[in-house]
Amino acid sequence: MTEQPLLVAEGLHLHFGETKALDDASLHIWPGEVVALMGPSGSGKSTLLHCLAGILQPDSGRVAYHGRDLTAMSDSERSALRRGEFGFVFQFGQLVPELTCVENVALPLRLSGTGRREAHRTATDWLERLEVGDVAGKRPGQVSGGQGQRVAVARALVSRPRVVFADEPTGALDSLNGELVMKLFITAARDTGAAVVLVTHEARVAAYSDREAVVRDGRVREQEHAR
Amino acid sequence: MTGRGRLRRWIFELGLGARMSVAGGRAGWARLTLIAAGTGVGVALLLCLAALPAALEASGDRESARTEAVDSEREVPRGDGTMLIGIATTTFHDDAIHGRMLQPEGSRPPVPPGVTALPKPGEMLVSPALRRLIEDNPVLGRRWEARIVGTIGDDGLTGPADLAFYLGTDTLTEDTGRRIEAFGHSYTEEGVSPVMLLLTAVGMVVLLTPVMVFMASAVRFGGEARDKRLAALRLVGSDAGMTRRIAAGETLAGAVLGLLVGTVLAAGAALLAHRYATGPLSFYLSDMRPVPVLAALIALGVPAVAVLVTLSAMRRVVVEPLGVVRLSTTVRRRLWWRLILPVAGIALLWPLTNGLGEGPGSGATEFQAAAGVALLLIGLALLLPWLVDAVVHRLGGGGVAWELAVRRLQLDSGTAVRAVSGIAVSVAGVIAVQGLVSAIETQVTGSGGTPAAVARQQVLPQTDLPVGTWTTALRETPGVQTVETVRIARAGRDGSEVTVRIGSCAALEGYAALPGCTDGDAFAVNVATTGVFTVEGGGQWTAPASTRDVVPTDSLLDYGPLLLLTPAAAADAFPAGEARYTLTLDGRTPNALEQLRNTAARMDPQALVYGAGNDAVASALRTIRQGLLAGTIAMLVLIGASMVVNVAEQMRERRRVLAVLVAFGTRRRTMSGSVLLQAAVPVLLGMTLAIGFGSGLAAILMAAVQAPVTVDWFGIGTTSGMAALVVLGTTAAALPTLLRLTRPGNLRSE
Amino acid sequence: MSVTFALLGLLENGPRHGYDLKRTYDDTFGRDRALHYGQVYSTMARLLKNGLVEVESEPGDGPERKRYAITHAGITDVAEWIGRPEKPEPYLQSTLYTKVVLALMTGRDADEVLDSQRAEHLRMMRELTRRKTDGDLADELICDHALFHLEADLRWLELTAARLDRLAARVRP
Repeated sequence: MTEQPLLVAEGLHLHFGETKALDDASLHIWPGEVVALMGPSGSGKSTLLHCLAGILQPDSGRVAYHGRDLTAMSDSERSALRRGEFGFVFQFGQLVPELTCVENVALPLRLSGTGRREAHRTATDWLERLEVGDVAGKRPGQVSGGQGQRVAVARALVSRPRVVFADEPTGALDSLNGELVMKLFITAARDTGAAVVLVTHEARVAAYSDREAVVRDGRVREQEHAR
Repeated sequence: MTGRGRLRRWIFELGLGARMSVAGGRAGWARLTLIAAGTGVGVALLLCLAALPAALEASGDRESARTEAVDSEREVPRGDGTMLIGIATTTFHDDAIHGRMLQPEGSRPPVPPGVTALPKPGEMLVSPALRRLIEDNPVLGRRWEARIVGTIGDDGLTGPADLAFYLGTDTLTEDTGRRIEAFGHSYTEEGVSPVMLLLTAVGMVVLLTPVMVFMASAVRFGGEARDKRLAALRLVGSDAGMTRRIAAGETLAGAVLGLLVGTVLAAGAALLAHRYATGPLSFYLSDMRPVPVLAALIALGVPAVAVLVTLSAMRRVVVEPLGVVRLSTTVRRRLWWRLILPVAGIALLWPLTNGLGEGPGSGATEFQAAAGVALLLIGLALLLPWLVDAVVHRLGGGGVAWELAVRRLQLDSGTAVRAVSGIAVSVAGVIAVQGLVSAIETQVTGSGGTPAAVARQQVLPQTDLPVGTWTTALRETPGVQTVETVRIARAGRDGSEVTVRIGSCAALEGYAALPGCTDGDAFAVNVATTGVFTVEGGGQWTAPASTRDVVPTDSLLDYGPLLLLTPAAAADAFPAGEARYTLTLDGRTPNALEQLRNTAARMDPQALVYGAGNDAVASALRTIRQGLLAGTIAMLVLIGASMVVNVAEQMRERRRVLAVLVAFGTRRRTMSGSVLLQAAVPVLLGMTLAIGFGSGLAAILMAAVQAPVTVDWFGIGTTSGMAALVVLGTTAAALPTLLRLTRPGNLRSE
Repeated sequence: MSVTFALLGLLENGPRHGYDLKRTYDDTFGRDRALHYGQVYSTMARLLKNGLVEVESEPGDGPERKRYAITHAGITDVAEWIGRPEKPEPYLQSTLYTKVVLALMTGRDADEVLDSQRAEHLRMMRELTRRKTDGDLADELICDHALFHLEADLRWLELTAARLDRLAARVRP
């Protein structure tokens, strides 16, 4: 494998008003690896994730994906990148409540221009793969939290992204459901070869990673990429 | 629990609700402000309407006080306290100017109200509004050969915009003037035409219904946040009844505030009306006192309705300690009871299609019509939710924006529909009234008129001046193309009086279509074409064999028996009586009509100049149309505002979903598209229903006034255009919120 | 094991009498299990033999007059021990606590101690997670048991990391 990092953040600084969210944060994500971003709440791990994904723009510093500088891109270019190359799983409230589960999963494909029928077929496959094929026609409000998270994972992976950003994906679940979601999520991500950036404060969730990076006071202590 | 204890509890609970309505921080205040603004505008409208009767009465009273007391039963002998007056009322553009010529006959002549000293010959008194009009339009100043020596006081004017003058003169005689002893005339009820009554009644309903609908939706602003708050109250142990009373208390606070806002707004409107209103709607501030009963009704009714609406809205919602359960998501809307009102409305309106009947309105028919229209319009507001529900559930497919919008509407169409029902009701009403008004207009003005190029006018002198003097003066007036003289005479036939008009073919064309007219022809309207007529003043006239029966123009429909004679046919059987002049004007000459009026007034201030159209009716129609248009625009702006609020509120609730959509790369275009469609789909459905209802209603009303039933494409076009503007405006106004809420920072706020 | 390093580490801040050493140890780490004098003297004897401490004798008789001082070799040993993450296993707290306090007392980076321990724990947890993902239900149950214990340790590590400043204020003279 050519050892070039997929996603590089260098010297990121970001302020929210008076609060320093990122203070010279740097991180490298290699293709196909699962990295856990850990740290106490308010340490800046979610902010770092949003910067890596091009959702937030840092005040200074650089984020490069495949050598392309995200911070220099226009908003629509970054949106297109997120549509095509990235996937997202959040803690909760991420499924569009009025769309059915299969429509939610099909959404990223349709946003990238795939036809409705084709998108729904692929989405159904992904729901089956995450063992929630039976909820395809239901609305998010009608399924359990664990099922909803698995639908969200299916949606994050459906467009075969190179990186999946997961922000406390099991934060709202009990341990049994959390384990199931993580197992299915990481297995599926490894199958597709996607890298995963996993923000969590739970060690058992972080244990699904290949290595961890600890964020404290806006800085990153990164564990060596062991390869 | 004792009755008194319960009362105290209830008051406490209502008060708790009222406190909670302002305790929600900025959001709570915003919600309260919206409710207060919404109900305030409604209350202001209601108060203005409640003040209208008193204001109309006050201005009507002053109008009678300045009208000369003429007693047709009794000859008034000339005396020290009499005066001759002439009616010099004229028109400037479309505004009527009340005018009297005053000629005292002794040392104690009657003085009209608002006047301290009578003007001497060559002098005139004008109302302040007329003085301004003359200053702005010098052409009007040249109408009278008189100097303005003063103004008429408020006592002698119907309102601040009243145009009036008194002209001092010494040229009146007993023949050309009227002798009076006093001013002040008690009218016997003039009898408003049933058509006008119908129009007014329908117009009121059309304006009031959307106000009701709007107020009903205004008190539901921010309902979701309130429901959450109430759920928290349930958690700490309040029961269902208490919860309802607390909710009522919240709404009550907004409604009471709305009453205050409405009173302030109404006072502002009164000030504006005093300052800027024209025509019959111009009143003095002191005139505008709401009828006490109506004011009390508003003060008690608005809060009561607000509470009732809140309670009925909560009927569909079960507030449980752990959250809010919406019953409406499981209960499909039923159709049958929504049909009751419109069907009842049609049942009331149907008998009207046979015509209103003759004579002044009795009131019962108009009430029936107004009730029918109200039922139909309210029924429309009830039918719309069902229709949107039914249609939206059959929609599918399409792009992502479409899918998001449609699915959203499927889940909860209530919020969107509430705002739209206001639009639908006012559009349906406007289409109905516009259709009715334009139908009446075509009846009044006759079809095929080309007012721009050639305008036919008639001059009716009151004073005896030689025909030659008139024709010369008229021909010299700029813009006058032709002048034809028509002599008027009277004849008798079988005991009934027949009006005779003698003039050239061109002059007579104004009364009826005269195919192949040549000099020597005679035409009859509503009278026999053969035989002998007795001529008033002595003599006889025999109808020539060529006399033809013709159909008169619309404006002469009710004129009774009429003979139209060319000079050669009249022989010399008829005496040279009064003459009137028919002119054509070149519409391209600026102020041609005003120049003509000037000429006529200078020759004889009492001369009447009138066009083919029915000016009084036309201007009343114009007022109604303008009022309706202004009202509708105000309504649409209000409804647009409430839609913006709804959309913004809904987006705030969904900000997390929106932020997530942005996170995985949804284009802004897709999201704004879904907002647009979300507003457009219900509006489109509402408009369709409104156009259907409105056109149907217009058809019934047209049949009632016996006008040909037509579809008012212009009205449909303008209202649809306005509705489209509201949708676009709503979306545009919601976009900043959308952009702000979709800033990715919202992913973190939980 | 940790008692040896703890006593050795306490000497880093200066030579002490055996009695002194016991009291300081009891105050800092002892809590509910104070050391016996015999344990102190036998440990010191062993360290003396290994060349990790030396004795500074003062005039007078008896063991009370002996002052122990740490040697260079001793300092190196302490540093090596503090810096080395413990093999994750149940009931580590006392050892970890000793390390953290000693690190703070001797001016070493206590964060570093916690971080490397956290990394070691996570490495272990990863191992168990992998085993559980590939294994059957029995494996899963056994691994989960271990995982929950490790997680408890990790939480303790995190809490300690968050309270380092307060701890430092207490143990630093």
